[in-house]
Amino acid sequence: MNAHLLIQLLVNGLVVGTLYGVVAMSFVLIYKATQVVNFAQGELLLVGAWVCWALMVKYQVPFYFAMPITMIFMFVFGILIQMVFLRPMIGEPIISVIMVTIALSTVLQAAMKWIFGVNPQPFPPIFTSQSVDFFGLQIQTVYVMSLVVSLAMMAAMAWFFQASKHGLAMRATAFDQQVAQSLGISVKNVFAMSWAISATVSAVAGVVVAVVNGVSSGLSIYGIKVFPATILGGLDSIGGAVLGGIIIGLLENFAQFIDGEYLHWGNLYEVAPFYVLIIILMIKPYGLFGTKDIERV
Amino acid sequence: MANSMIPAGDFRTSYAVDTTIFPTVTSRNVAIASVVLICFAPYLFSEYWLSLLIQIGIYGIAALGLNVLVGFTGQISIGHAAFFLFGAFSSAYLSTKIGVPAFFAIPLSGVVTALVGLVFGLPAARLKGLYLAIATLAAQYILLDFFARAEWFSGGSVPAMAEPFSLFGYVFQGDRQYFYVVLAYVVVCFLLVTNMMRSRDGRALVAVRDHYLSAEIMGINLTKYRTLSFGVAAFFAGVGGALYAHYQLVVSYEGFGIERSILFLAMIIIGGTGSIMGTLMGTAFVVLLPEVMEWISSLLAGGAIDQALGLKTNITFLREIAIGVIIIVFLVFEPDGLAHRWHQIKAYWKLYPFSH
Repeated sequence: MNAHLLIQLLVNGLVVGTLYGVVAMSFVLIYKATQVVNFAQGELLLVGAWVCWALMVKYQVPFYFAMPITMIFMFVFGILIQMVFLRPMIGEPIISVIMVTIALSTVLQAAMKWIFGVNPQPFPPIFTSQSVDFFGLQIQTVYVMSLVVSLAMMAAMAWFFQASKHGLAMRATAFDQQVAQSLGISVKNVFAMSWAISATVSAVAGVVVAVVNGVSSGLSIYGIKVFPATILGGLDSIGGAVLGGIIIGLLENFAQFIDGEYLHWGNLYEVAPFYVLIIILMIKPYGLFGTKDIERV
Repeated sequence: MANSMIPAGDFRTSYAVDTTIFPTVTSRNVAIASVVLICFAPYLFSEYWLSLLIQIGIYGIAALGLNVLVGFTGQISIGHAAFFLFGAFSSAYLSTKIGVPAFFAIPLSGVVTALVGLVFGLPAARLKGLYLAIATLAAQYILLDFFARAEWFSGGSVPAMAEPFSLFGYVFQGDRQYFYVVLAYVVVCFLLVTNMMRSRDGRALVAVRDHYLSAEIMGINLTKYRTLSFGVAAFFAGVGGALYAHYQLVVSYEGFGIERSILFLAMIIIGGTGSIMGTLMGTAFVVLLPEVMEWISSLLAGGAIDQALGLKTNITFLREIAIGVIIIVFLVFEPDGLAHRWHQIKAYWKLYPFSH
């Protein structure tokens, strides 16, 4: 039993888990507001990270400007995706909508490879000090930053939904589209807005991951990890998504610890979340906080 | 079949007549004639074109299974490539390690794949299509991880070998002979599915797709039919995979990631979800698309577009983009796929010059 390694891995898990939580949160945002299961969530991270990287490396923009520009870009990008690809699909069967987002993910994935090449690129360093000392644990500064940014985004999201007018409109739309529309809420705008916010938040998460690990097409795996997280938390619960993300992050690293110390199967880190996903679907398909569908005829 | 053009005065007076596989005598004759004609393909085409035809056949069988699931039952699977690969590995395993002749190994591996598919399909079959999509996504990753890990089964990092197809001691070697094996399987599989779709079970699947609540009220067991359709999909994926294994003779798990599953989805969307012949059209479209793009890029070579896009080095990415864009375009503008377009063309000529 290697306690030090375990703690280190659990800290990693917490950091990665909050990032999963943020991505899952933006996934659930789209699902709740527009009933679209977005298989291209990971690609939104990817696009955001590449745009920020291009700004900083190719155009030498300092980080403090590159980040807001990326966010504005992704805001517009999200609206555009919604308008061009998803709006024609309103009212179509759910599998058609799913397939549009799957196709979208292929297009974005390939386009990014085409524009920026297949090789992973390191992100320019943002912090001067490499790591901070925290109760005897060496934690990398980027990890602290990642945690802080994730928590800040969660708080901002919570504020947005609880206190702002747009957030209220969004909650109303998620509750009942027709009622919301008859009360004067523009459902169209809410749809576009939810994509915009989701894209922006994902892009921030993407940049955070990129700062830690560099930019590569592997970033889109975060979009896949969203599924275990959201199924665990319940597909339509934002709080559940955050919690699910953290649990999945911790579980991955715990699986790696068990694997490295005892089992030596290798690669358990990658697949453990998917086993969890299947098990949850078997025993509690609506997750921890999801609303159970009750169908009335 | 429902949307085929039947001339006025051609009545059907019994259910048996209404549910025949071929709605008219001509369509049956055309189908038989085209199968006979394509038997001559090995004498007419070069090895290269023949290998494309074989690929269309193999992927067409797998796509047919997916079409039963997506097009007829309204469920979705994003793990079809993993099941295809499972069929390939199990046929290779059965034929080399256990010594089952390839003739029996192919349908057997279809059955094995169907059983594996049920393990993943069962939890989701109780729920809506969305959950099945996510469960199959998990299946894709879990199965690929399993192939990379299980050396006894798939050889791990070393590709697995498969025995060549043989019948009564006669070994089918080369594309020209294997073509007939694939052709036989294509005909049998497509007839099987067409037949299934006109039986009670087939109609039950369509009912589940169209309105599952009404279907349930009418006494259709939702869980049973969702599971059944998932099993059928996995079965055909397994058969297709097994044919692939005995065609390539080596099976490696590389190149069967989620992109390949999306390619299978592309085949049925382009061909037409819920259309059996459309499946073949869509498969042909997807298999031939790289060839067409290659041809276009060779036409453009040296020109301004070539220089701007860097066609030579980026053709793989452009192909992926093209696949994605084509899926979206079809979903938005032609949700019923090529099969629908084909019917419209037929109708146009039939009604010409009075189109109304």
